[in-house]
Amino acid sequence: MAFTETKTSTDQDAPAPVEKERLRKLLNQGERPAPPSAFASARAFAWRSMLKIKHVPEQLGDILVFPIIMLLMFTYLFGGAIAGGTGDYLQFLLPGIMVMSIVMTTIYTGMSVNIDINKGVSDRFRTLPIWRAAPMVGYLLADMFRYAAAGAIMFGTGMVMGYRPEGGAVGVLLGVGLLLVFCFAFSWVWTWLGLITRSEKTVMSISMSIMFPLTFLSNIMVDPSTMPGWLQPVVENTPISQLVDGVRGLFDGTSPSEGILTTLIWSAGFIAVFGFLTLRAYNRK
Amino acid sequence: MASETAIRAEGLVKHFKEIKAVDGVDLEVPAGTVYGVLGPNGAGKTTTVRMLATLLRPDAGTATVFGNDIVADPSAVRTQVSLTGQYASLDEDLTGAENLVLLSRLYGFGKPAARSRAENLLEAFGLTYAAGKQVKSYSGGMRRRLDIAASIIITPKLLFLDEPTTGLDPRSRNQVWEVIRTIVGEGTTVLLTTQYLEEADQLASRIAVIDTGKVIAEGTPGQLKSSVGAGSIKLRLHHTDQRDHARTVLSGALNAEVELDDDPVALTARLLPGQDNAVQGAHALSELAKAGILVDDFSLGQPSLDEVFLALTERVDA
Repeated sequence: MAFTETKTSTDQDAPAPVEKERLRKLLNQGERPAPPSAFASARAFAWRSMLKIKHVPEQLGDILVFPIIMLLMFTYLFGGAIAGGTGDYLQFLLPGIMVMSIVMTTIYTGMSVNIDINKGVSDRFRTLPIWRAAPMVGYLLADMFRYAAAGAIMFGTGMVMGYRPEGGAVGVLLGVGLLLVFCFAFSWVWTWLGLITRSEKTVMSISMSIMFPLTFLSNIMVDPSTMPGWLQPVVENTPISQLVDGVRGLFDGTSPSEGILTTLIWSAGFIAVFGFLTLRAYNRK
Repeated sequence: MASETAIRAEGLVKHFKEIKAVDGVDLEVPAGTVYGVLGPNGAGKTTTVRMLATLLRPDAGTATVFGNDIVADPSAVRTQVSLTGQYASLDEDLTGAENLVLLSRLYGFGKPAARSRAENLLEAFGLTYAAGKQVKSYSGGMRRRLDIAASIIITPKLLFLDEPTTGLDPRSRNQVWEVIRTIVGEGTTVLLTTQYLEEADQLASRIAVIDTGKVIAEGTPGQLKSSVGAGSIKLRLHHTDQRDHARTVLSGALNAEVELDDDPVALTARLLPGQDNAVQGAHALSELAKAGILVDDFSLGQPSLDEVFLALTERVDA
């Protein structure tokens, strides 16, 4: 029996041939724009990150749903036991739980960086003549958008549940602003971790084992004055407690200058130390 | 211009823990040509390319790309080179068009210019129909072409292509070859790594053969092949029991070494250098026919990469 030719391939698998003339023309345009500024390259990476959200919207689910679950759970489960009523407890809890759930999601940045670095695409980025920190800063800029969205959703849910900020709109915006500044700075810990670890799972397990004690050993859920005397100074001086002091004070309208100042100092410290470590790891990869 | 040097590497070394991936590589790549780096998996090709493209810092040795030192001045090197890695250097979550727009932006094009650059490249590479699809869904050949398109957003002076056709079907491979020829035709220097002698032979004007982290031979494809032997005749017979007879006939006719293959009906005769292969082949066939040996399959070929390696490594060991 002779072979019969079967037409199985569709246009799908049979792309148009390469057009040599066009290719030649493109090669000869010789257009060489000036390299982009540091900000422009970071903005391009932020755009990439937003496109990823568009193409893989599931990743937003974690970031938006998780905070709401936390807020509902803690208010209605522990409110009665801790504060004798859910209303008072919500008033105390909301700023803290917002800090907790959003700071927790900074871990994703480290995982994204790790996934990138293990794929060919980061080779491409690293051979471009651009600002070396741009890919990481781009991620963080897009993350600011996600955090702001998570903050807005939590705040809205809180309002529905009965939360009322004494500090008014200005206090709330300043509080969220402080939280975003801290998240931007704190994320450099994870970008560094993402660059020096083998897989995203390692990033996840290491960062979780840091985040859990750090967020629970804090003034988020309970007033530290109820804790044993030896523990109080530790809890009160973690960066998370200081941040919560600042955000809670701004929401409540009590202008907590100490919390704000220490948070800004911690933020500067994180950027200086872990920003440096991140860039060094990136250059050595 | 003809004497300009694109890459000059001296004694490049890179270790990963105890493994010496690259163990003293010297290269001199003239500008405006395709330079082939030929070697098996694990020979150190990719590591060499990664060092030259400023992705890895060498443990020892020096290298310059168009006069710029890869360690002292990596950013100057980066303005002149592009890399198409062994695995597609693209963001799989984004579409083909988005990848090219993103990279164009990162090269400094404004938004409208980046868009039109991306469109033109997609057209030139026959990918317009897939512009809006995520790269995830691209076939191997489409990825390769998009990857190369991304490498010429700004025409580089030097393009690294790391095993550009590994895993591609023959049609896609031919398309990639065509693209490489076009790119070199317009003046870009290409450093191509490959496992296939045929590919290096088709494209490269000079070849370095690399094995266990060292350059074991260097020259034009012709020099390389003649250093190994002129080539060989491969035969498959109709009857197994005629093989010994065929061997005697062939070695008499060609005055050459004849080997019996693992396949019980196959045998290979190495041709002598300096004589016309076709004449030797015709002579061999007519002698076999006279002797009444039935031949099913006959091929006259260049030395294979295996043979090149075997010959070259034997020489190094001797």
